[in-house]
Amino acid sequence: MSVANERGERLSELRQKYGREPLPPRAEGTADTPREAQPKFRGLDSGHRACQGCGEALAARLVMESAGPDVMIANATGCLEVFTTPWPQSAWRVPWVHSLFENAAAVASGMEAAMKAKGRNTKVLAFGGDGGTYDIGFQALSGMLERYHNILYVCYDNEAYMNTGIQRSSSTPHSATTTTSPAGKERMGKRHLKKDLLSIIAAHHIPYSASASVAFPADLQRKVRYAMGIDGPTFLVVHSPCPLGWRHASALTIEVARRAVECGLFPLVEVERGAVTNVMPIRNVRPVTDYLELQGRFAHLMKGGDARAEEERAHLQALADYNIGVFGLKGEGEDPVDTGGIAAVGRSGRPAGRV
Amino acid sequence: MLEALEGSQAIARAVALCRPDVVAAYPITPQTHIVENLSRLVAEGDMHTEFVSVESEFSAASVVLGAAAAGVRAYTATASQGVLLMAEVLFNIAGMRIPLVMTVANRAVSAPLSIWNDHSDSMAVRDSGWIQLHCADNQEAVDTTIQAFRIAQETELPVMVCMDGFVLTHTMEPIALPEQKEVDNWLPPFEFSRRLDPDDPKSLGTLVAPDFFAEVRHSHHGAMLKALDVIAAVDRDWEGLTGRACGGLLEVSGPAEAKIGILAMGSTLGTIAMGMEHRGPDVASARLIKLRAFRPFPAEALRAACDGLDHLIVIDRAISPGLGGVVGTEVAAVLADVPGAPRIHNHAMGLGGRDIPETVYTDLVAAIADPDAPAFSIFDADLQKLAPEDR
Repeated sequence: MSVANERGERLSELRQKYGREPLPPRAEGTADTPREAQPKFRGLDSGHRACQGCGEALAARLVMESAGPDVMIANATGCLEVFTTPWPQSAWRVPWVHSLFENAAAVASGMEAAMKAKGRNTKVLAFGGDGGTYDIGFQALSGMLERYHNILYVCYDNEAYMNTGIQRSSSTPHSATTTTSPAGKERMGKRHLKKDLLSIIAAHHIPYSASASVAFPADLQRKVRYAMGIDGPTFLVVHSPCPLGWRHASALTIEVARRAVECGLFPLVEVERGAVTNVMPIRNVRPVTDYLELQGRFAHLMKGGDARAEEERAHLQALADYNIGVFGLKGEGEDPVDTGGIAAVGRSGRPAGRV
Repeated sequence: MLEALEGSQAIARAVALCRPDVVAAYPITPQTHIVENLSRLVAEGDMHTEFVSVESEFSAASVVLGAAAAGVRAYTATASQGVLLMAEVLFNIAGMRIPLVMTVANRAVSAPLSIWNDHSDSMAVRDSGWIQLHCADNQEAVDTTIQAFRIAQETELPVMVCMDGFVLTHTMEPIALPEQKEVDNWLPPFEFSRRLDPDDPKSLGTLVAPDFFAEVRHSHHGAMLKALDVIAAVDRDWEGLTGRACGGLLEVSGPAEAKIGILAMGSTLGTIAMGMEHRGPDVASARLIKLRAFRPFPAEALRAACDGLDHLIVIDRAISPGLGGVVGTEVAAVLADVPGAPRIHNHAMGLGGRDIPETVYTDLVAAIADPDAPAFSIFDADLQKLAPEDR
């Protein structure tokens, strides 16, 4: 059989298997496409069952690309666990364990202790949503930080219990509607504030904690790489829009996440040993309504002629203004829209706070 | 060589002999002395382990889960409220079939608050899928602890070693501890076939839809039944090494011709045996059945042990309110289809640490003669302490 025939058979076999033409082999001397130039290691592979526009899936992929292959993961119960591992399939290319909703930090602690006992350097990561981190898994997380385990804990914050169908968590923003904080004649959505988790984490005086957003992938990956290099507990909360729960078009995930940062409601900050060491500056601060208007969960705030809506909008604006003031977000520096510039900073691997 | 050791201290020494890589525990009476002794062994350099002093029993169970999943030998201990706080993790550990060893210093469960011994705690997680072994004395507790590490490894199931709180944990007894070399030779290095390994990545604890769930349970049930042989074989093997056995699945003693049998778990049986020895001349002797393996339940062995009995007294150290004794109910179920099976007299006693005196033997045997006796009673409840409508 000739080589050409052999190749032809292989191609038709692949066509049958995948239902499409495989890419032709690249001619020698041609450069990588931008996609091909992406990091080669994909700890979380494609083909999982996340919704279109899922911010969490995107964030987890970005985290895994930067975390590298020699890692193992403890994953809390939630969307990420469900959509990546419907038995007998798994989208994970690294050792991964899911135990329960509220114990990812403790399971990770055990894995890390095991690695210490074995004398191995495999880095342990713990993943949880805001429910598993801000709420039910909070105690285990605090214990893990206090005991100073060498673990990177990543919280994918989509601001409600999405896996059970959009119920409020302590991370749900003030006045957002969820199925357990609906808006009605007597209520304007959630009555309480979003928990300031990062300050509580920082109060453990761990080496590094930070907030990041899927709208700024280079910044997110730089923070992951920095945290990976630290021998001790580190924490990252990633703002991850949920089109289903936030009720925005799935194509708008990045835009929604970007506006959250640009209005000041989700500040991107880095905290080392309890002190803020870096923030992402906002050159052109947007009004919070730019962020709210894209999402159905805030639709009740955008109705004209409703004094209560006006009051809540003012309340949210005040929260954003507070963040901008307290973290000094407004000022000189790179524009957060300019992801190219941020990427250039991140790729060099320079540590956070020393840009 | 025999050493005078407190039960908890002996357990800590036995655990240290098994060289666990990770120990995680949270203090709770009456388990506290076990973690204190382990901490001391670590502090003095007599034990090399990653001791994770967690913030709750929930995390203790989660930490050892993670450690064993990552491929190392792990150990924890708890009691009472701690068992209940762990409950969700215990089911999870068993469902994932993770080999672990845990000591339960059996204690009552609140309310009312009681720090004293009964079996309500381990009974509450009876259906979690853990192997549950009960110890009659501290030597058995030491031997069973070491055996448990091997059973866990061979079956890839978690093993709960139950010992009566205070009655055993806080009692000094002469204990024979094996040499480190003996344990090293007897207990193979830890292996877990599905361990988390970056060189061969696996996903553990995935979501299972209805199309696979029943098969997972079937497999787990089968593994528990297969563990019966492993428990018996490991005990025989241990006897070969040390000359001491713990009774395998269950142990029968007393006169073979006895028509009355008494079945109990844990330290109660020692009291019963003493009571039989010191009984009056008119009191019948009894066949004593020490149930060591409660899960998996040794149905075959139990049927054989009850052969020829007219009466079987089953002592429970916990109750299922609205039903009666748990062990009694299970024994009745196992003997239900046996022709000529003994009549079962089920009594709970020693709840919340109520002292069980030797004289209970004579009282139990005497109670058989009462044709009006209820199928189940709390034998030592003093009804005069209750309001008339509660008696």
